[in-house]
Amino acid sequence: MEDNLIQLTVIDRDGTENRIDVPTDINVSLMEILKASEYDILATCGGMALCATCHIEVVEGIENLSEASDQELDMLDTLPDADEQSRLACQLRLHPNNNGMKIRLKGSLQ
Amino acid sequence: MTNTDICIIGAGPVGLFAVFEAGLLKMRCHLIDVLPQVGGQLSEIYPHKPIYDIPGYPSITAQELIDNQLEQIKPFAPTFTLGERVEQIEKQDDGSFIISTGDNTKVHSQVIVIAGGLGCFEPRKPEIHNLHLYEGKGVDYMVKDPAKYKNKRIVIAGGGDSALDWTYHLADIAQQVTLIHRSDSFRGAPDSAEKVFKLAQEGKINLLLSHNLSNIHGNGTLTAIETVNKEKETTAVEADYFIPLYGLTPKLGPIADWGLNIDKNAIEVNTFDYSTNVERIYAIGDINTYPGKLKLILCGYHEAALMCQSAFKFVYPDQKLSFKYTTVNGINTF
Repeated sequence: MEDNLIQLTVIDRDGTENRIDVPTDINVSLMEILKASEYDILATCGGMALCATCHIEVVEGIENLSEASDQELDMLDTLPDADEQSRLACQLRLHPNNNGMKIRLKGSLQ
Repeated sequence: MTNTDICIIGAGPVGLFAVFEAGLLKMRCHLIDVLPQVGGQLSEIYPHKPIYDIPGYPSITAQELIDNQLEQIKPFAPTFTLGERVEQIEKQDDGSFIISTGDNTKVHSQVIVIAGGLGCFEPRKPEIHNLHLYEGKGVDYMVKDPAKYKNKRIVIAGGGDSALDWTYHLADIAQQVTLIHRSDSFRGAPDSAEKVFKLAQEGKINLLLSHNLSNIHGNGTLTAIETVNKEKETTAVEADYFIPLYGLTPKLGPIADWGLNIDKNAIEVNTFDYSTNVERIYAIGDINTYPGKLKLILCGYHEAALMCQSAFKFVYPDQKLSFKYTTVNGINTF
C-alpha cells in the first residue's frame, strides 16, 4: 500500500461493514471522505461542528485521533446518544497512523 | 402590509447580495430573518473569523463582509423584518404571495427567494419512542417561564451548559429536580458542573449519571420518566414535567411544508435560474441543492445574480430585460 493511503472500516446504520481506502494527503475531513464514499450523512452545517449530523462512534483506534476541540466537546455533550467513543467526523483529519480505524455512523438523518 | 417585488427569506450574505442584483434590475426587496440582526451565520456564529475566498479580498472577517454588503445595498433601500420566522405563504390569484411570520407580520410579494442558509435552529430531540405523544403534555424543549415549574417535579435531561444551568436555577423553584445524563461526567462548563454536583451532595437535586432515557410513562399526561443504566437496570422517576435539553440543530422548519422538492434538508433547484418546482419561488445559497452543489458564499452570489434575471419576468411581465454592466451604467438608486 502507498504511504499516503490508509484503510478504514465503516459500519453503516444497518450494520453492514465495508472497508474504504482513504488518502491522507488531500486535506479533507473524514465527513467529506464519507460523503464522497456515498455514505448517507446530512452534514447540514458543512463542517462547522454545529449540526452533529456527522456523529460517529470510533469502535477501534480512537487513541490515534487528535484530541477534540472545546467546540466539538460542547456539541458532543449536547447529543442524547453520544458516549466516550463519539466524535464528529467533520472535525477529524486522518493521518497514516489512523490506518485500520473502525467507525460506526450515528448521525441523525433528519 | 408591506408590498414588495421580492421577499427574501434569510438575511445572510447571499440574501443581502440578492438585494443588489435585484436593485440593478429595479426590483425592490424585503428581507425576513429569524435572527434579530442581519448577517446570518456570519454575524451570529463566527463574526470575527477571517474568510479567504471572497474575490478581491485576500482576507476579510465575516462581520466586515456583512457590513460592506449592507453598505453596497444601501442605494436600493431594502426593508427588513428581523427576529421573526416565516411560517406560512399563501398564493394569490394573480400568482403573487402573501408571506406571514409567527408574529403575524404580513408581506405581499411577487416573488419569494429562500436564502435561508442552514435553516433555523430547533431543539434536538432524544430518541424515545413515545416522546411525541407527550409534547405539550408535560414535555418542554425549552424553559420559557420558570414560574410554570413552581412546586412541580421536574426531570431535566442533557449534559451541556443549558441542562446544567437550568438544573441549578430550577432547583430553587421546583419541588424536585432530577438531572439525567448519559455519562458520569460533564466535559464542558466546569463551574456549572461543580454547582450541580454540590446541589446533589446537599440533597437538593437528584443526579442520575450514566443513565440513558428509555421510556415515558403516562396516561395522556406525563407521570414518569424511565431510564436504564449500563447494567440494564431501569429506574422510573416520577415527574410532572420533562425538559430534554440537547441543544439546537438546524432544520428547514415551516419551509419543508410548502410543497417544494426537498432532498436531505435542502431545496432542489434548477441550475438554469435557481427556481424551485413552485413557480415564483427560488432558493439560493446553502439551503439549495443541485448536482455539483458547493456550499460557498461566492457560489451563492452567482446564484443570486442568475435568479434575478429570471425573477424579472414576474415583477415586470410587460418589459424586456436588458442586461447592463455597472461599469457602463453605474448604480441607479431608487
